[in-house]
Amino acid sequence: MQVTVNGESREMPDGASVADLVAQFDLTPERVAVEVNERLVRRATYRETALREGDRVEIVTLVGGG
Amino acid sequence: MEVVDGNAPLKIADFNIRARLFVGTGKYLRDGAPDYELMRAALDASGCEVVTVAVRRERLYDKQGRSLLDFLDLQRYTILPNTAGCFSADDAIRAARLGRELLEGLKNPGARWVKLEVLGDKQTLLPDPMETLRAAETLLKEDFIVLAYANDDPILCQRLKAAGCASVMPLGSPIGSGQGVLNPNNIRIILEQLKGNDPDYPVIVDAGVGTASDVTIAMELGADGVLLNTGIAGARDPVAMAHAMRHAVEAGYLAFRAGRIPRKLYATA
Repeated sequence: MQVTVNGESREMPDGASVADLVAQFDLTPERVAVEVNERLVRRATYRETALREGDRVEIVTLVGGG
Repeated sequence: MEVVDGNAPLKIADFNIRARLFVGTGKYLRDGAPDYELMRAALDASGCEVVTVAVRRERLYDKQGRSLLDFLDLQRYTILPNTAGCFSADDAIRAARLGRELLEGLKNPGARWVKLEVLGDKQTLLPDPMETLRAAETLLKEDFIVLAYANDDPILCQRLKAAGCASVMPLGSPIGSGQGVLNPNNIRIILEQLKGNDPDYPVIVDAGVGTASDVTIAMELGADGVLLNTGIAGARDPVAMAHAMRHAVEAGYLAFRAGRIPRKLYATA
């Protein structure tokens, strides 16, 4: 299935979860937060949150700001 | 007689903060890349306890694979996540939720509060008052401690306080403009109206200060603190300016409490 991650299209196996997606990046889990279709996905629920075709995923972190 | 203490803590909800200068982490750049070492040195020199950060998807890591978080001592600083870059209440609410999730994961006490910033347009970066109030109402229902970045408009500031914001943060002048406190009378009115019958209510001047005297003026007006970023990050020598800003806050805070002499037209022997 195709999902969009931070604006870029990405192929994921059917049935993949948010946890599977996050694991594909070299990320420290505590340093990111994830939204699917503009809704926050709590870290504790990554594994049980299945991705669906066309989902828009945002992976964000803390950056400099004022 | 009250003992004048330059380091009397500032209370915002149940946060007790000794350093009244809040400092941002943006705009420390060298050759277009974030200069985190410089940022860290400037934060240290500023004496701040509260540092603001933004939540963004861009650049999960910088080109060298480094993250802002490698350079922020989370044991030392209370992180104040902002909703910068949001131009609608809905976007700001999403950013606030993401910030809380991130700081909970990092076990930083800043998970419980947010600097709410909803901007109206990209040229002025002035707050959108209606969207700010709308976002504040939603976030307060979700148990956020809301510090609301606001126009220097007494009525808006009153409304944000009445809605339940833990602090209102009127601007001195537009973000990054370095114009200082452009309308001190409005800041005076805001301070009088918000603190008149509630002297411990925290009002923080946020944005626009360009140099130490701007910060001192804000504090001499009676502000409880100053939040700035560009004034330090954009200085030729940010670390030296951070020292200056630290002293400026303390000078203004002490001078306000000490009470200035009245202005007179003629000399007094």
